[in-house]
Amino acid sequence: MIESTKEPGLDSLDLMINMGPQHPSTHGVFRLVIGVDGERIVRAEPHIGYLHRGSEKLCEAEDYAQIVTLFDRMDYIANLNSELGYALAVEKLMALEIPERAEYIRVILCELNRIASHMLFYGVYGLDVGAMTPVLYGFRERERIQALFESVTGARMMHNYIRIGGVKEDLPDDFDARMKALVSQLELGIEECDRLLTDNEMFLARTKGIGSIGPTDAIDFGVTGPSLRASGVAEDVRISEPYGLYDRFDFGIPVGTNGDCWDRYYVRVEEMRQSLVIIEQAMAQMEPGPIMAKVRRITRPPKGEVYMRTESPRGDLGVFIVSDGSDRPYRLKVRAPSFANLQGLKHMLRDAYVADAVVILGSIDIVLGEVDR
Amino acid sequence: MVQRPKKRESAAPQAPVALDDRGLALSTLLGSALDDVDVQIDAAVDEVVVVLSPDDLLAVCRIARESDDLDFNYLRCVSVVDYEERLEVNYHLFSLAKRHKMVIKTSVSPEAPNVPTVTGVWRAADWFEREGHDLFGVVFIGHPDLAPLLLYEGFEGFPGRKSFPFHDYDEW
Repeated sequence: MIESTKEPGLDSLDLMINMGPQHPSTHGVFRLVIGVDGERIVRAEPHIGYLHRGSEKLCEAEDYAQIVTLFDRMDYIANLNSELGYALAVEKLMALEIPERAEYIRVILCELNRIASHMLFYGVYGLDVGAMTPVLYGFRERERIQALFESVTGARMMHNYIRIGGVKEDLPDDFDARMKALVSQLELGIEECDRLLTDNEMFLARTKGIGSIGPTDAIDFGVTGPSLRASGVAEDVRISEPYGLYDRFDFGIPVGTNGDCWDRYYVRVEEMRQSLVIIEQAMAQMEPGPIMAKVRRITRPPKGEVYMRTESPRGDLGVFIVSDGSDRPYRLKVRAPSFANLQGLKHMLRDAYVADAVVILGSIDIVLGEVDR
Repeated sequence: MVQRPKKRESAAPQAPVALDDRGLALSTLLGSALDDVDVQIDAAVDEVVVVLSPDDLLAVCRIARESDDLDFNYLRCVSVVDYEERLEVNYHLFSLAKRHKMVIKTSVSPEAPNVPTVTGVWRAADWFEREGHDLFGVVFIGHPDLAPLLLYEGFEGFPGRKSFPFHDYDEW
C-alpha cells in the first residue's frame, strides 16, 4: 500500500468517478466505479450485467443443435472458439468420434479466430493507450481472416458452422491456395504490428509495470488464458488437457514474467505467431475425408453431467451440461473466461493512477457478451 | 381421426464413466484425505465427484486447498442446478501443480438454500457465488457482498430456477 497523500488532520473529499456503462473504452456495456485519493485509485467496483440475456436459461428451451447459435453470441469476437467449446462438451457426453478432417478444419478455423481476436485486441489496445494507428493495422489483418471465414462459413461473425459431430460444410475448393496466401500475409502483418507498437517508448511507459498481478493471486482469482500466462504460469488447456487434435502439434506457450499490462499485451502477440505455427502444421497434415460423424438428426445425449474446458482466446472456457436424456439440456452453465478474469481487475487496479484504469481494463481483453451471457 | 401412437418414453442411457489414471489416483487419495468426513466419492464421465452435506463443505474445501497431495489451487467454476426438490451447488476444482480435477457437490432445499461461502478459500468464488444468489436464490452465508451482479437492483424472483416462467413473463 502506498501512504496516503492526505494531510494529517485534514479530511479530503473522497472522489468517486463513474466510468461507463456507455464509455467507449469499456469495449461494451461495462461500468466501473472508482474512488480516488488524489490521482491514485483507492477503491474500484466493477458492475456487469448490462448485456445479460439469460443465455443459459435460453439453452434449456432449445435443442442441442440450436444452442450453437447462442454460443455464437456469447463470445462474439471469437465465435468459432465459443462454438467449439460447446460442441466438444456434447460430444464428450455422447462419447462421439469425430472424423479427422472435421477436427483439422476446427483447429485451423479456431486458431485463425484466435488470431483475429488478438488482432482486434491489438488494435483497440492501441486506442486505449492513445495510439490511433495500430487499430488500422489490426483491423486490416482481421479483415483478411473475416473474408476467409465468409467464404468458408457464409457469415462474417455469427458462423453457426461447428456441428455436434463435425462441421457444417467442407472447405471451399480454393481454400488451400487462399490459406497459403493468408498465412504469409499474416506473418508479415503480425511482424509489422509488433514493430509498430511493442517497443514504442510511449507505449512502454504506459504499460510496463502497470497493473501487475502475481501468479498466486492470478490463480486464486481464477484468471486464465493470456492474462494468467503473462504472470508466468505456463497453463494452456490445449497442452495441459489436450482436446481435439492438439496433442499432434508442436507449439510453444508464450509466458510473461511480470504480469503487467505489457506482458499481457505481448503474450497475445506471441500467441498469434504460435497459432500460425499450428495452422501450418494442420494444413500440412489434413487429408480429404468425411466432415460429419454419423449422428442422429435429433441429438439426445445420455443422462449425465459433463464439464468440458477449452482454451478460448480469452482463457479457460468451461461448458457444464447436465443432461436428462432428452433433446434439450436440463441445465447448461458457461464458465466464461472474461467473467473470471474481470475478478482480477480489482486487484490490478489497486494503487494505480486513475489515468491507467483504461489501460489496465483494456489489457484483460474482456468480451461483455460472455461476461454477462 | 386416426389416433397416433403415443411416443414411447425411452429410458435414456447413462453416460459411461471413464476416469483416467489421474482420476483413479485422486479417488483413492481422497478416500484417505477425507477419511473423517462424511462424503460420498463418485465419478461422472471423466471427473471425480465428491458429494457432501453443506455443513462439511467448508472443511472439505479447506482440505482440498491446503493439503499438499490434493493442492486444488484453482476454482474453475461454481454452478447451481435446480432439481426442483433441491438445489445443487457444484464446485469445479483443478490443481495446476498436480493436474487433477474434481467436482464437489452439495444440495440444499429451495426453502432454506443456505450454503457457506468459499470466498475465504478461493477468491475466485466471489462473483460465481453472487451469480448463484442472483439467478437461483442460493444464500452463500458469510459472503462479503451478495448484491445483484447480473440482474438489476430490485429484480424479483430467481430466473435461473425451473419454476420461473419462460415465455409469459412481463417485465414491465
